[in-house]
Amino acid sequence: MSSTGTFTPAPGAAPLARQVLAQAGMETKLLLRNGEQLLLAVVIPLLVLVGAVRGAPRLDLDSPHTSIDVLTPGVLALAVMSTAFTSLAIATGFERRYGVLKRLGTAPLSRSALLGGKVGALLCVEVLQFLVIGVVGLLLGWSPDLSVVGVLLAVLLGTGAFAGLGMLLAGTLRAEATLAGANLVYLLLLAGGAVVLPAEAYGGLGDVVSWLPSGALGEAMRTACEGSVPGRDLLILAAWAVAGTAAAARWFRWE
Amino acid sequence: MSPAVEISDLRMSYGGKAAVDGLSLEVASGTITAVLGPNGAGKTTTLETCEGYRRPHEGQVRVLGLDPIADHRALMPRIGVMLQSGGAWSGVRAEEMLRHVARLHAHPIDPDLLVERLALHECGRTPYRRLSGGQQQRLGLAMALVGRPELVFVDEPTAGLDPQVRRTVWELLEELRGDGVTVVLTTHYLEEAERLADQVHILDKGRLVASGSPLELTRGGTVATIRLVVTQPFPPGAPESLAAALGPTTELVVLDAHSLQVSGPADGTTLAVVSRWCEQHGVLPESLTLGQRNLEDVFLELTGRETAS
Repeated sequence: MSSTGTFTPAPGAAPLARQVLAQAGMETKLLLRNGEQLLLAVVIPLLVLVGAVRGAPRLDLDSPHTSIDVLTPGVLALAVMSTAFTSLAIATGFERRYGVLKRLGTAPLSRSALLGGKVGALLCVEVLQFLVIGVVGLLLGWSPDLSVVGVLLAVLLGTGAFAGLGMLLAGTLRAEATLAGANLVYLLLLAGGAVVLPAEAYGGLGDVVSWLPSGALGEAMRTACEGSVPGRDLLILAAWAVAGTAAAARWFRWE
Repeated sequence: MSPAVEISDLRMSYGGKAAVDGLSLEVASGTITAVLGPNGAGKTTTLETCEGYRRPHEGQVRVLGLDPIADHRALMPRIGVMLQSGGAWSGVRAEEMLRHVARLHAHPIDPDLLVERLALHECGRTPYRRLSGGQQQRLGLAMALVGRPELVFVDEPTAGLDPQVRRTVWELLEELRGDGVTVVLTTHYLEEAERLADQVHILDKGRLVASGSPLELTRGGTVATIRLVVTQPFPPGAPESLAAALGPTTELVVLDAHSLQVSGPADGTTLAVVSRWCEQHGVLPESLTLGQRNLEDVFLELTGRETAS
């Protein structure tokens, strides 16, 4: 056995932190490279924001629910939902389909490093989304009174809640069904989930929708952008995060 | 040295049908071992059990002395796996994917070296889903090797490669063995097993039907074939007199006016009878070939099936 051969064995996994960084970087790059994902992450939220702000007065909908200070936090919540739920579910569904998870499992990427990488990638994309949406909101006249702690907690817990549900969907259905399901749920919650418009805009349904992860995230973001920490909504998000993650851990199939 | 892979009485069944049916085999460290078998023989199922993707339904599998399921985290860094297909994001570029897998390991091989050896630079910026089958295969092999494993499992490493690239891959696998890496490969190409493998295991319907070096498997046959081509057409009645001289245990087929083939017991007498007959009838042989069985003949004898997928 030669000691200097090209292939002389020297096996070993990289340290966990390096694996998480590598995985997060790779997943961020792939998410941003994918046109459909970019549409979902940035273009649709911006269209909703600009459309609602510009369209509301013309449609004579000049209610307190359509002012820029209410809409911008709602669109930020929508951005979190689109990335942590829809993008994550679709990407993971196809990773299962194409054997990427199978391959990386022997690469060797541990499950915790994989999940850490995914969370890292979601947070990277969310930072970019917040920059773009925030700047457009400010240009349109948004004047927030940010509770930084409130916003951070809302983003983290909202990401946790939606990521758990997204992984549950991706880990139990076929890739095509995940694609359809994730988009459908996104559209339903966009329209009726109190994410962009506040819960009270839904009249009698408001009490119900504020218990949904979408409603809780929307309310949390709006409250945090008015300077307070939204305790009740954060608790609801935390509960969804725990339930979704537990269900995903229980039912997720890697292949 | 303890075996790199030890499989004892492995049974795997799906939907009531046995895919692997009481398989026991060992792979010696530092060798190239080929697992052959027709489609559905249980090759991939067996490999995936060694790789920790499937839990043995019955029996035991030990890889580098470890249990692929219970000792998953300890084992994974030490093995390299080449899947039969897939294993990369659809939008990823070949070199990017290889570099990513390299970063997941502690002491990877320089990805540039594998890019060069396996001509992966030709993939350029093309996303994985648009690479040719051969390019995807080569990337799969590179990903299996980049972490400097002790043991690699390669599932049909040269399927769909053109002959030149196939030879490159063979040289690479031989170099791995030279550097002390154990290689387990499945293949449909018997030529590949014959050329590369130290040890061949032939599977059929989930069972081991033969094991040995290619030489052990191809010699020790019971039938030898002699093909004789002569310069002048055979004299009238000559083939019949040869058939009579050879006796009833031997089969003689006249192929045309200048050639015939004799199949009989694999011992020295058949050849002696044929050469004596040439001398007696004044027949001048142009060529006299002794047919040696190749792995293909052995395979067909054992499984009764063609190997082509």
